[in-house]
Amino acid sequence: MSKKFWFSPLLLVIGMSTLLAVLPGMLGVKPVVLWTDRFIYLLVVAVIFLIAYIRHKPHLRQPWRHVLNNRQAMVAAVILCAYVAVGLLDSIHYRQPLQGEKAHNGEKLYSVEVFSALDALLSHLRERVEKTYSAPFAYRLYSMETMIASDGSQYRAYPRLKYGAAHLQDPASQRGRDILFKTLLGAGQGLIIFAVSVLLLLAYLARSQALSFKQAWRQCWRAESASALRIVLYTLAVLMVLSSVVWKLSFFYHVFGTDKVGQDVLYLALKSIRTGLVIGTLTTMIMLPFAILLGIMAGYFRGWVDDLIQYIYTTLSSVPSILLIAAAVLSIQVYMTNHPELFESVRDQADLKLLALCVVLGITSWTGLCRLLRGETLKLREMDYIQAATAFGVGRFTIIVRHLLPNVLHIVLIMVVLDFSGLVLAEAVLSYIGIGVDPSTISWGNMINGARLELAREPIVWWSLVAAFVFMFTLVLAANLFSDAVRDAFDPHLNMRDKT
Amino acid sequence: MLAYIVRRLLYAIPILIGVNLLTFSLFFLVNSPDDMARMHLGMKRVTPEAIVKWKQERGYDKPLMYNANISGLGAFTDTIFFEKSVSLFAFNFGSADDGRDIGFDISQRMWPSLAIAVPVFIVGILVNITFAMLLAFFRATYIDIWGVVLCVVLMSISALFYIIGGQFLIGKLLHLVPISGYDTGLSAVKFLILPVIIGIIGGIGAGSRWYRTIFLEEINRDYVRTARAKGLSELAVLFRHVLKNAMIPILTGAVVVIPALFMGSLLLESFFGIPGLGSYTIDAIRNQDFAIVRAMVFLGSVLYIFGLILTDISYTLVDPRIRLD
Repeated sequence: MSKKFWFSPLLLVIGMSTLLAVLPGMLGVKPVVLWTDRFIYLLVVAVIFLIAYIRHKPHLRQPWRHVLNNRQAMVAAVILCAYVAVGLLDSIHYRQPLQGEKAHNGEKLYSVEVFSALDALLSHLRERVEKTYSAPFAYRLYSMETMIASDGSQYRAYPRLKYGAAHLQDPASQRGRDILFKTLLGAGQGLIIFAVSVLLLLAYLARSQALSFKQAWRQCWRAESASALRIVLYTLAVLMVLSSVVWKLSFFYHVFGTDKVGQDVLYLALKSIRTGLVIGTLTTMIMLPFAILLGIMAGYFRGWVDDLIQYIYTTLSSVPSILLIAAAVLSIQVYMTNHPELFESVRDQADLKLLALCVVLGITSWTGLCRLLRGETLKLREMDYIQAATAFGVGRFTIIVRHLLPNVLHIVLIMVVLDFSGLVLAEAVLSYIGIGVDPSTISWGNMINGARLELAREPIVWWSLVAAFVFMFTLVLAANLFSDAVRDAFDPHLNMRDKT
Repeated sequence: MLAYIVRRLLYAIPILIGVNLLTFSLFFLVNSPDDMARMHLGMKRVTPEAIVKWKQERGYDKPLMYNANISGLGAFTDTIFFEKSVSLFAFNFGSADDGRDIGFDISQRMWPSLAIAVPVFIVGILVNITFAMLLAFFRATYIDIWGVVLCVVLMSISALFYIIGGQFLIGKLLHLVPISGYDTGLSAVKFLILPVIIGIIGGIGAGSRWYRTIFLEEINRDYVRTARAKGLSELAVLFRHVLKNAMIPILTGAVVVIPALFMGSLLLESFFGIPGLGSYTIDAIRNQDFAIVRAMVFLGSVLYIFGLILTDISYTLVDPRIRLD
């Protein structure tokens, strides 16, 4: 390991940004960077440097090793990584050039629609829009239509779907066998991809530890120390086979059906991932600097600073959070409708509204962390090493940055991880109440909100709801399991009582 | 004790002033009353006369903080700030956009809210403590481990799912109770039972896990070891010693929400069509009725601060060592 921990992550970041800068030009599209994208990129860079820093410091590495050896946590981490990958793909936006049209001065014109890399990947899902509802794997529309027979008479029947199962001649009899065949094919492909990636991993292990390939294989599957790695590989295998099957089937069927305007529900559920992740991560990222700074200042300076900060957070926390969010979001809504000139496009406005929601959620949720940090700092400032630093004449600012901040960071980390799942769940509830994300933003909350009234129909339209709940549940469960492991590893005795 | 309560009440005043200023700036400084009027009347083709009329009807046609046209005390009292924000301190909530008196509506809608919130609160706590006790009794066995996993799974399910799933299963498939609605008197029970059950189930995951950690913290203390050494059975130890000593943390979490029960549950009431304060708030948010939202924010903070004082008083009841003075 090199002495300077920031060197290799810096290379990585530079490489990634050049890739992002060069690639759109090569593909002939115009890159678009939304506001939330900027924060996400910033977050990614921060996480990369943080990981490098943690690897560099033995005392920080130790608790993470506990997490890495926790099997539940590793399963959760793999699933979280899959979600994050989808979310990141969905955060690279661009506009496509309009074909054949040129502006007067010969410049290329670009379409107004903003797509993401995920959209490009899932274009077969996005473009194949049916007329209205259709059940998962259906070949007929949900509702009857009047059709004209060849002899001119009219009759009512369920029309065939335009895209779902369109490749079959006689879907009623062929469909079952076709689905089974495609599933097996997809599973086979998934297994092959998994096998190749395992081989690559083994080759890497063998190289880096100077083992023969056979030894690396044995170490990977037998060694006690590699049990967490094996769990990761099993999870990856399941994940790869599953996604490969869904991927294969999604070309021929609507795996989760279609919604009211005929959009593929699988596509909507995947697009919602980014919204959920943005709310879960950006919220804490925005509130973090304030909470840390104010919390430490209140605890360290005492006196009137303490009184003032305590007053601020007591006032904020005494308003029921949902009402405070409602009040803030309502006034932001009024502001945005009265100032349409601030936004370039509808997409831009929806994006800024998402960011505003994160800020509002951050304002309501920083008080808990601030209170915890104040308490911890009060305790720390009486410790011998702080006293010694003060006696040596170390400045107050230096004491805060060098001695207090590193010693409260574990609390920050635990709170950030704990808050994540609650925020993802909150998004759905807020969107239902009408103070969540913009109605044009694809999110689980909006999916649920749009679908809940359809349960009264006969036969019931259940697939949108189920898809949204399943995707949300998986993310939240993984986040909860992971955060438990992080909490146990960093501070089993930390009293979270003040949180509620 | 009395002196303490009076002092706490006095402490509450600056906080309530802060809340008041916060809501005032959110609703009147970020957006002028003109903006609100335009939003309500529809964005396009709004005549200035319509805006003036809208503001007049709601009393928004006054200066914000200081009325230069009137001399003396009137310069401060004849303003939006005084009429809309300061009057909240007298629990004078004004009228909603449809002209109804908010204070009267709140006093009417409080009771259905309580009819749901109180049973959910009491039965919920009992269920959670029982389940947590069970897990603590079987601690470090498979029952405990899988119980905690179950709690995490329950916690990870969206509240919306519990409500929609419950309505669908019990109300639509099994036809046991009506899906939504409300009635007065005893016949309200059949409308209330499903939301109450769903409210309790929705809280089991987080609640039980929380109580379990409290119990496990107590279980390693010296007095528990002494109690076991005396030969007490494990059940007696748990109920007679651990539960009693865990009362302080339990009260910390529980008492503070008691006054807030008046506010009802937003989701349950709105899904089940119960005319309580929760659905009142949601309707206000959807109709962008700022007067109601302002009133509820203020009421919510008052109740929360009241809950904090109640918590402190309740400590003295369960732990005679604590004195408030």
